[in-house]
Amino acid sequence: MLSGFQLFPEQASTLAPEVDSLYLGVISITAFFAIIVVVCVTYFAIKYRDHTGDKVGAPITGSVPLELGWSLIPFFTAIGIFVWASVVFFHIVRAPDQTLEIYSTGKRWMWRFQHIDGQREINELHVPIGRPVRVVFTSEDVLHDLFIPAFRVKADAVPGRYSAIWFEATKVGEYHLFCAEYCGTRHSGMIGTVYVMEQADYQAWLGGGGTTAGGSMLQRGEALFTQLACVTCHLSDGTGRGPSLVGVYGSQVTLDSGAVVTADESYLRESILSSQAKTVKGYERVMPTFQGLINEDGVASLIEYIKSLQAGGTRVASAQ
Amino acid sequence: METMVVEKPVTYINHAHTVSSWLLTKDHKRIGILYLIVVSTAFALGGIFATLIRMELTTPAGDLLSADVYNRMFTMHGVTMVFFVLVPAVPAVLGNFVMPLMIGARDVAFPRLNLLSWYVFTVGFLFTIASMVLGGVDTGWTFYTPYSSQGSESNVLITGIGVFITGFSSILTGLNFMVTIHRMRAPGMTWFRLPLFIWALYSTSLVMVLGTPVIAITLLMLVLERGLHLGIFDPRLGGDPVLFQHLFWFYSHPAVYIMILPPMGVISEVIACFSRKNVFGYSFVAFSSLAIAVFGFLVWAHHLFVAGISPYSALIFSFLSFAVAIPSAVKTFNWTATLYKGAIWWKTPMMFVFGFLGLFLVGGLTGVFLASLGLDIHLTDTYFVVAHFHYIMVGGAIMGYFAGLHYWWPKMTGRMYNDTLGKLAALLIFVGFNLTFGPQFILGYLGMPRRYHVYPPEFQVLNVLSSAGASILAVGYVLPALYFLYSLKFGAPAGANPWKATGLEWTTQSPPLPENFLTTPIVTEGAYHYSKREIKVA
Repeated sequence: MLSGFQLFPEQASTLAPEVDSLYLGVISITAFFAIIVVVCVTYFAIKYRDHTGDKVGAPITGSVPLELGWSLIPFFTAIGIFVWASVVFFHIVRAPDQTLEIYSTGKRWMWRFQHIDGQREINELHVPIGRPVRVVFTSEDVLHDLFIPAFRVKADAVPGRYSAIWFEATKVGEYHLFCAEYCGTRHSGMIGTVYVMEQADYQAWLGGGGTTAGGSMLQRGEALFTQLACVTCHLSDGTGRGPSLVGVYGSQVTLDSGAVVTADESYLRESILSSQAKTVKGYERVMPTFQGLINEDGVASLIEYIKSLQAGGTRVASAQ
Repeated sequence: METMVVEKPVTYINHAHTVSSWLLTKDHKRIGILYLIVVSTAFALGGIFATLIRMELTTPAGDLLSADVYNRMFTMHGVTMVFFVLVPAVPAVLGNFVMPLMIGARDVAFPRLNLLSWYVFTVGFLFTIASMVLGGVDTGWTFYTPYSSQGSESNVLITGIGVFITGFSSILTGLNFMVTIHRMRAPGMTWFRLPLFIWALYSTSLVMVLGTPVIAITLLMLVLERGLHLGIFDPRLGGDPVLFQHLFWFYSHPAVYIMILPPMGVISEVIACFSRKNVFGYSFVAFSSLAIAVFGFLVWAHHLFVAGISPYSALIFSFLSFAVAIPSAVKTFNWTATLYKGAIWWKTPMMFVFGFLGLFLVGGLTGVFLASLGLDIHLTDTYFVVAHFHYIMVGGAIMGYFAGLHYWWPKMTGRMYNDTLGKLAALLIFVGFNLTFGPQFILGYLGMPRRYHVYPPEFQVLNVLSSAGASILAVGYVLPALYFLYSLKFGAPAGANPWKATGLEWTTQSPPLPENFLTTPIVTEGAYHYSKREIKVA
């Protein structure tokens, strides 16, 4: 496949040009230092070559100004690269406010994706162009890692907690999706394809593409909320045995230990599956654990439902 | 000094011949040779695994090895090379042999303990061999949980115990070396007259003593979780898988410095000898070893940037990772400056030094890419990382080991090897290495993940280049084995000081006396005072 030979991966997200500029920048800076050393070593090795082994070199022992120079110049250069790279890093890890959420679960050896409207797919991920997408994911067994080179994003899938990547695709096409954390026999088979689609095509795909058995995540979450009897304690007016969940997502929650935590997806997940881990201040530690009673798709649906509970009525689901 | 041999002198080799005189020896030189035998065996074994990996990867499909066999190959390649070659090669082989000679001592401080270290090491190696014979292990040399504690169906327990046992040999050797360097220096051998190899070994010993217990405990916890289902790392048992990574890298990142600091010390020795000069900025080079040893303990979490650690702790670890690069840069500049106005004698050990400088430079500078948070997210867990650490560990550490082996071989055996073949080997290794691992940087940026048995077809060209390079590299590594073995029988006698080098190890005969020196040497000057010496032709 000589035709496939390339030096750079496709740039298909808003982050990709930023990462590539940084890459080229660091290449230039490091090449500068490398060339100095290579030229000096080569020049000295040839110029001062002695065929006999009987001569002695000049009695030079060192130079403090030179030592300071070649310590401080690389140090300040390193600080420059550090700052630049850290800025790019925060763009990669900090998702914008309004994102289209997709839930995913890695399991040996496949990726399952679940869209807000209920579509599910395996080893394929359909996303619209020009819209920030956030994939929230976990693992059902060992470590995995969701890696989309064309978007320059990657994060480990860790069993028992949520990770997230975000991207805004800029180019319609099909891109690799890899598992980048070794996970056993068919690790290299745990790959898939990301389809970046025009908005209209994406809408059409949502309408007819994946399976939506059980309704949207919101509907499934709402059903579970009743079915698992969450509703009997988490009354929306705050008079129940558990705290009201209206507006809880994204808020600062004070625990009985006095600590304050942000109620993000990982916190909600932990509160459902390991309910004894953290208790909200002013409430009894009475909630049963739902570990083993609910699968990953169910947890994600419940969380999506809880996220929709906003003061003044149900938040419009983030997909449409 | 005349080196004509009139009658066969008594040496550490010929003073006793029985097997038990070797296996029960307390002589640091014989123990060094014992290590050389085990380490060379491990290197050959690890090389065979690497060959199979590169053969498999010449095509995108999994057509030579099954997925499970491939996964075992890269795991056993890593385990063998890291724990049984890279960590012990320079300190345990070369360090054991030359360190007491270099400081003018008769032996290490605790000769019995030194022999015990070798036995512990060898028993650990046999455990690891046993795990391979029983079907191998497939967790990757990093043993990440929860795959290693509950997912894998391979021999994790035996391998883990093998590596656990081996760790004690590191701890004991480190302890022995530190005490030896503190207490056994010849009269006049002050700290700042010590050869830089000794500073490097001292710094390494610190890391061995402080770091190795952590990996030992971590592997023990892994064994307990896997064997007795004690919940430590597995979330299903209430554990935290990322905790394992913190503990593992708390040792295994400093372990990189265990692997590279001693070869750096070798480079200082060889570059001074073949430039006929002082090492430029002696004290800066010496203290940079200590700085690397200390700061090396503060960067472990840069292996965890995508593992879900807080972005703010990632910032701190990124910054410290940049900081730890500075002492290595300082060393490189000092070595380069050492060549300036030298009298550079192009002999085989020096060729390996040139190779080291080129490859270590690439390895060090590509580390800057990985310390850069914004790049690491894309690059980590890809072939870029594979290329980077091979440039450090093979391009740097193994090149340095080979430089040292070629430098001290005449001292160890009393024989010269063929210099032309030696240079050829250095060239083949340099070219083969770059062709093997250079393309992997590009593969990594393109997004090819590491530890992939099959891969998308567009990555094939670069993989074929890499495998082609590996075949050149293999020839480069086999060649020294041949001319070294040949030299044992047919090599020209080396004489006490074939390189006309400074340093106490060159003042005694080759191979050295069983007791190293007839009289305790008295040191009156610092290391590498070539310019002050009248150098006689041997």
